[in-house]
Amino acid sequence: MIEMDLGMMRELFQLPFLTGLTLAVLLPLIGAFLRLREEWLAGLGFPHIAAAGSVAGLPLGLPTTVTATLATALAALLKSLLARIGNSQFALMLVLGWGGALFLAANTHQGEMISEGLLRGQLYFSTPGHFSGAVLTLLALLASLKWLNQRLLVQRFFPDHYSANGQADWPHELVFAALLVAAVVLGTLAMGALPAFAMFFVPAWVAFGLARGWRQGLWLTVLIGVSVYLLAFFITLFMNQPFGPSLALLLGLSASLRLIPHLKSRLW
Amino acid sequence: MSDAVTPQALARYHAVRAGYQHPVVGPVSFEIRPGEVLGLTGANGTGKSTLLNAMTGVARIFSGSIERHPDLSISHHRQRPELPPELPLLGRELLGLFQVNLQMMPDLIAPLLDKPLSEFSGGQFQFLQACACLGSDADLVILDEPTNNLDGSAIAALSGMLTELGPHRSVLLVSHEQAFLRDQCSRMVDLTP
Repeated sequence: MIEMDLGMMRELFQLPFLTGLTLAVLLPLIGAFLRLREEWLAGLGFPHIAAAGSVAGLPLGLPTTVTATLATALAALLKSLLARIGNSQFALMLVLGWGGALFLAANTHQGEMISEGLLRGQLYFSTPGHFSGAVLTLLALLASLKWLNQRLLVQRFFPDHYSANGQADWPHELVFAALLVAAVVLGTLAMGALPAFAMFFVPAWVAFGLARGWRQGLWLTVLIGVSVYLLAFFITLFMNQPFGPSLALLLGLSASLRLIPHLKSRLW
Repeated sequence: MSDAVTPQALARYHAVRAGYQHPVVGPVSFEIRPGEVLGLTGANGTGKSTLLNAMTGVARIFSGSIERHPDLSISHHRQRPELPPELPLLGRELLGLFQVNLQMMPDLIAPLLDKPLSEFSGGQFQFLQACACLGSDADLVILDEPTNNLDGSAIAALSGMLTELGPHRSVLLVSHEQAFLRDQCSRMVDLTP
């Protein structure tokens, strides 16, 4: 009986667990670079556009992954065509995405249920497509990490370095945008818009307050993302709690780690 | 504002009129020769930084042209570089972006190497950025007001680095500190109309 239960549990939860675990590495790492670029609100704006895009596909009978990707890629393209105005454009995406998703949901068959799942967050309906997409995106990020890391850091501190030396900056901009769009769509569809944002934003924010060194900061970002995800997953599973809110709450609580340097300085 | 050109110049400004929405400076002609520290002088608003930005592609060239040596590499220390609010990057990691040889850095840099940028003062960050540009292997180092926010010891360290550049590298320098310009520049171009 116990063996059957474990087998059933594995069948039901193995795929969501592995998808979430992959995203728990991918999203915080991308979030660290969003923070470097001072574009951290992109982690909230884009997921809401992805949510709206996925609901918009329902009346047309199109797969939600396709329409979410199209909507997010279009938003990323529009953003790149506009002058840099900081996080304002991402706040606008959030407003439009939230309003659009719920408006479309109210007028679409099954839309309400899906949009609620996307905005509030769930993990257990993740598909093999989400998992393989997350693995491929993570592999692409890891394969390009050294190159991307160097170029994004140089651009952050010496913004006209590439134009001054007659080098194009679009290759790393394009690669980063593609990774971001993929991470946003997969994070939103598999975890929900707000939990995905929490994974983009909180681990890097906490890690950057604690780390002494960029490499250490990236490692700590991933460590926090994975640790909190594992805790949230097992609390959800064994205490029968909703995944999205549990993850968001635990990530929020992890912010208390930022107090460590202050406590250390007081004690010493 | 014109200067005779020599064939071995790293770059030449040919009657350059530059600006952003509209021209703010020019026409200006001068060349940058290997091994020199060339200073641009002129009152505030005469377009010194705009001329530097025309070289790096940030400002628009409305007429004239900038001719560059085909293999010219540039590092640009911008005026008032913005200190990021909270990044754990260490001083040595920032210098590492340009493979700076730490042995060639002034002693003053040592306390900054293992310190995160989030703990830097504005002057320390300014100094570190100037060191990154001068310590890079770029042929032409563009320094826009590098002494802003620097104390006397940092200015002295910067001056030391400028004098040890070598015969093949050049500096294009803008500074409001006339004494610093006089001491460091091998030649000056006055932009006063």
